[in-house]
Amino acid sequence: MEIIKVEHLSKSFGSLEVIRDISFSVMRGEVLAIIGPSGSGKSTLLRSVTHLEKVDGGTVWIDGIAMVDGGKYAEPATLRSICLKIGLVFQNFNLFPHFSVLRNISEAQVHVLGRSRAEADERSYRLLSKMGLADKADSYPCELSGGQQQRVSIARALALDPEVLFFDEPTSALDPELTGEILKVIRELAAEKMTMVIVTHEMAFARDVADRVIFMDGGVIIEEGKATEVIRNPKNDRTRAFLKRFSE
Amino acid sequence: MLWAMLQGTFTSLEVFFLTLLFSIPLALPIAFGRMSKNRAVSGFVNVYLLIMRGTPLILQLIFVYFAPYYLLGVSYDRFIAVIIAFVINYAAYFAEIYRGGIESIPKGQYEAAKVLGFTKRQTFMKIVLPQVVKRILPSSANEVITLVKDTALAQTIGVAELFRVAQNASARQFSTMPIFVAGVFYFAMNWVVSAGFDHAEKKLSYYR
Repeated sequence: MEIIKVEHLSKSFGSLEVIRDISFSVMRGEVLAIIGPSGSGKSTLLRSVTHLEKVDGGTVWIDGIAMVDGGKYAEPATLRSICLKIGLVFQNFNLFPHFSVLRNISEAQVHVLGRSRAEADERSYRLLSKMGLADKADSYPCELSGGQQQRVSIARALALDPEVLFFDEPTSALDPELTGEILKVIRELAAEKMTMVIVTHEMAFARDVADRVIFMDGGVIIEEGKATEVIRNPKNDRTRAFLKRFSE
Repeated sequence: MLWAMLQGTFTSLEVFFLTLLFSIPLALPIAFGRMSKNRAVSGFVNVYLLIMRGTPLILQLIFVYFAPYYLLGVSYDRFIAVIIAFVINYAAYFAEIYRGGIESIPKGQYEAAKVLGFTKRQTFMKIVLPQVVKRILPSSANEVITLVKDTALAQTIGVAELFRVAQNASARQFSTMPIFVAGVFYFAMNWVVSAGFDHAEKKLSYYR
């Protein structure tokens, strides 16, 4: 069953068309990787589907409800309830610096979902131990490494029990040593059948973890298919040229 | 003499605290007005800021007190005029400080809050404002310290604050001593203000 369905999505910044008539869908329990060169529109696509950018045209269904229909956005109340179904992990974490790690994860549970503080904190503690950060609950984001901060931000997104989790280049701000710990977490989530859409430059990771891969360039989907196939034997010349640099 | 000067100090402190009490909250809607996408609103606020920051406070005091008399024939309490003039002047400076603070908060904070489902109001109150407070403390300290000294301008329209009392005493005694004593008073008040801000900055230094 589709949890995300996108049809004919388009988005321009001024006269620059960043997304051109893109359609794709994401199945429940699936891991979709979006790859492509810088400026290909993959991050904008992700930000459009997560309602951080306003699209100019097209339709996005999330869990069967239209967020945008033919370029027209749903009512604010509907948008809010739809957005609760999705989580997003940013490239540069965007943790709240003035909150402790625990509060970063609990705050939205309390004020958005209406959980009690005790209930929220309990959930936060469980997620923190899952992320291997149980001892960091009372630390502040500035006291953590980049990898630890990113794990906190994953916990923060998971705490709201999203149906789909989006990742916008989750390891791009991390050095290679710390990248591994994030990829490990995402692998574990994939094993638990968490639906995920990941914009990434980690080709080997996309091949191993994703079920499907979309290759984008110039605002359009060039190639789409099973991860192993697209990354091992791309059919399109452009995809081949792009992936060649990674296989060496 | 000292007793009179303490009374003058009390008047100065009244001006000081009442100005802060009203200008600190008033500056927030002004800052929002300045950042408004509505051109009429931001244009209006801009003109207000230009006048408040572009003319001497002493002139504004005179205007606020005398303009109603010359234009409408009504006169009112001098002390109230002082408070009005100080409040609208300081609110302008605070508003610009707030705006600087609000605009310095990274876009990512708003985006993270939005994705987590916080409303705009929650985002501002829980995520943005606390960080703004930390960022604007040093520049606000400047403003508050200046205010302590600016209270001396209240005498322009005849409110006997510390400096006027000191000048009077000085004239009576043919001595500059009372004025120096007043200087020590201002210094002491600002010493307390600085210490207060240092303390607040330390309290908020637990995060970057």
